[in-house]
Amino acid sequence: MAQQLDTLQETPSQTAGPYVHIGCVPTFAGLEGIYPEDLALSPIEDGAKGEIIEITGQVFDGTGWAMRDAMMESWQADAAGIYPGTDGADPKVSGFCRFTADKETGFFTLRTVKPGATKGRGGMVQAPHISVWIVARGINIGLQTRIYFEDEDNSADPLLNRIEQRPRVDTLIAKKTAEGKYTFDIRLQGEGETVFLDI
Amino acid sequence: MTDLGPLIPRNREVHPVPYDPGYKTSITRSPYLPLLSMESTPSEETGPRFGHGLLGALDNNLILNWTKGAAPAVGERILVHGRVLDENGRPVPHTLVEIWQANAGGRYRHVKDTYFAPLDPNFGGCGRTITDENGYYEFLTIRPGAYPWPNRGNDWRPMHIHMSVFGHSFGQRLITQLYFEGDPLIDRCPIAATIKSRSQLDRLVAPLDMAKARPMDFLAYKFDVVLRGRRQTMFENKLEGM
Repeated sequence: MAQQLDTLQETPSQTAGPYVHIGCVPTFAGLEGIYPEDLALSPIEDGAKGEIIEITGQVFDGTGWAMRDAMMESWQADAAGIYPGTDGADPKVSGFCRFTADKETGFFTLRTVKPGATKGRGGMVQAPHISVWIVARGINIGLQTRIYFEDEDNSADPLLNRIEQRPRVDTLIAKKTAEGKYTFDIRLQGEGETVFLDI
Repeated sequence: MTDLGPLIPRNREVHPVPYDPGYKTSITRSPYLPLLSMESTPSEETGPRFGHGLLGALDNNLILNWTKGAAPAVGERILVHGRVLDENGRPVPHTLVEIWQANAGGRYRHVKDTYFAPLDPNFGGCGRTITDENGYYEFLTIRPGAYPWPNRGNDWRPMHIHMSVFGHSFGQRLITQLYFEGDPLIDRCPIAATIKSRSQLDRLVAPLDMAKARPMDFLAYKFDVVLRGRRQTMFENKLEGM
């Protein structure tokens, strides 16, 4: 017998289920008034520095159906690449947003400031990106992914460079459709499957 | 800023399998391809913080929050309490915990829920709180009812409360479900069964906690939650490159 470790194990995940909106976006779910407003409707306040952008897309299941019940959260740095809560961060950027697929069409919209490149350990530089977490009925543990931008230099990004099958890199890159407008679809399974992260 | 070190890589063995034919919806909503594993970066090691100013006085009281205190919800009154810890056993203070659940009859206040059990006019079904400096949280609520759901021919959800926890890093984000000690439906539930290790599923079963029950008022159930921890060593800042 060896000594006992005193580390704990992470609590197992369970699906957020079909009624996740009741708990996380109750006003959206029809429980108006229980809170003044739903949490984190926007990741920025007026006066946030940088380019304001809008990212729209859909979340598709393995049959190609745009899910109407997905809930997403995003987390990002400010325009200078500084994470909220860190010294020097833009006070008008909370960096966190909770948003949902539309009940009728499945489209989501994230309006935010375009993040800057961020620095990590050992001088690592990450290309501008937004981290995304997706939950819904049938997703047993939340799916992590990232949104990068086609009009940024992604060539030295350490995460993108770890993707062996190069065509799959495109699944993480938002396409620019107009000034300040991007599209980003998420495919949970099958052809064009988004790269999901264990990070 | 002090480098607390990277997040401890997630041990997927404790978690449910993403694809489980017994839970039909997971069949088309689980990735086929392997996840891309990588050491965490500041994108996962930082995360949103929420202050106590966010909370209303009744936000963690589901018995009263829907009616703003005017009338209590129907059902078995319970206190759900516990701690949020990380894998190093340290409390996670000042973190947001959100819950949602069915009413005592097993019905959600949701347009998609058409179960026979009636809505309780005095029950909404969600609550939230922020852990204290020692990682403790408490909710006063009613015990949710079991209910049938469309999956296989005759599947029922055990009594359960959904719980969402943030931690301090976006990579710690977790949603889980709390089950109740002694419920025979846990062993028959295809969603509970997505967790393949019985000892891991047992960690989602809250025991009756009479030490916290208040006589003539409510029973209590204890539910601790463990989030991912950080791998801090004396060597951490000497990493060369990634």
